[in-house]
Amino acid sequence: MSAATTHAAVERAETPLTPESWGKLGMWIFLAGDAVGFGTLLASYGGMRATSADWPNPYAVLGINLTAAMTFLLICSSVTMVKALEWLGRGDRARAKMFLFFTALGGALFVGCQAYEWTHLIERGLHINGNPWGAALFGTSFFIVTGFHGLHVTAGVIYLLAMIGVVSRRPDPAASYNMIEIAGLYWHFVDLVWIMVFTFMYLL
Amino acid sequence: MAAEHKHPNYMAIFYLLAVLTVGEIAVVFLPHYIGISKFAVGVFLCAFALVKAALVAMYFMHLKFETRTLGLIALTPLAIATLLVFVILPDASFVHHKTADVKPAPEEPAKH
Repeated sequence: MSAATTHAAVERAETPLTPESWGKLGMWIFLAGDAVGFGTLLASYGGMRATSADWPNPYAVLGINLTAAMTFLLICSSVTMVKALEWLGRGDRARAKMFLFFTALGGALFVGCQAYEWTHLIERGLHINGNPWGAALFGTSFFIVTGFHGLHVTAGVIYLLAMIGVVSRRPDPAASYNMIEIAGLYWHFVDLVWIMVFTFMYLL
Repeated sequence: MAAEHKHPNYMAIFYLLAVLTVGEIAVVFLPHYIGISKFAVGVFLCAFALVKAALVAMYFMHLKFETRTLGLIALTPLAIATLLVFVILPDASFVHHKTADVKPAPEEPAKH
């Protein structure tokens, strides 16, 4: 008791915002900052497009068949992510690791599809400094926004693979639950951003 | 502690997201079949995207089960991005140029 009275102003073990862990609050604040980054990119994309008189029709140039499949892939990987956490919560580390692997695989496939898409678009003349269809900024914004998102997916795949290691090294499933939940927040955020990018850069 | 959360029906959310994605793609091709303005299509697409994003945040990211303040932190970027659109948009009424077709004025032959 004496320790508690001498350190009357000692900080609470956990924040009231996220009673489970400080880490979760940290991830939320990081994601809010990251979302401002994406929000700025998309808002300036809208600004550039609105000020241009010859903006190409995105879905005619880019094609949405492959991207629709990629969107579906990312939604599926979000589901495998929640399944991984669910199994870990039930104490089944083997199934949790399997679903984490499926999630990482979905992310890796997504990046693979994106590399394939970029290659084809570059071959057809879409470059970061110009394209045959109209405003040069169309290519610039396309590569910067989808590239920034692809970078997040790539980082997410590495993150998830590292989390498989965490679950492997900790015999008690409850000991890694919090870290997997935080990794899940990041992964779902990447999915959420893609929903926005897909709508604003491909469909609209 | 593990498994403290109320677990929403994740598969139901997944099907809803899949249906909304199909809906979005259908809306894009709608003007070919029925008389619907491009503006209306845009409004529909934005609404679809916001609903999908909200579903992911509320259920997959468990925001529905977190404290209100955390929800406000999560909403701040959306407010900032929306504000930014209104900051950038006035440019649209001033600038109308074709970025690809800007050709330098032909040079006058030098007179000596």
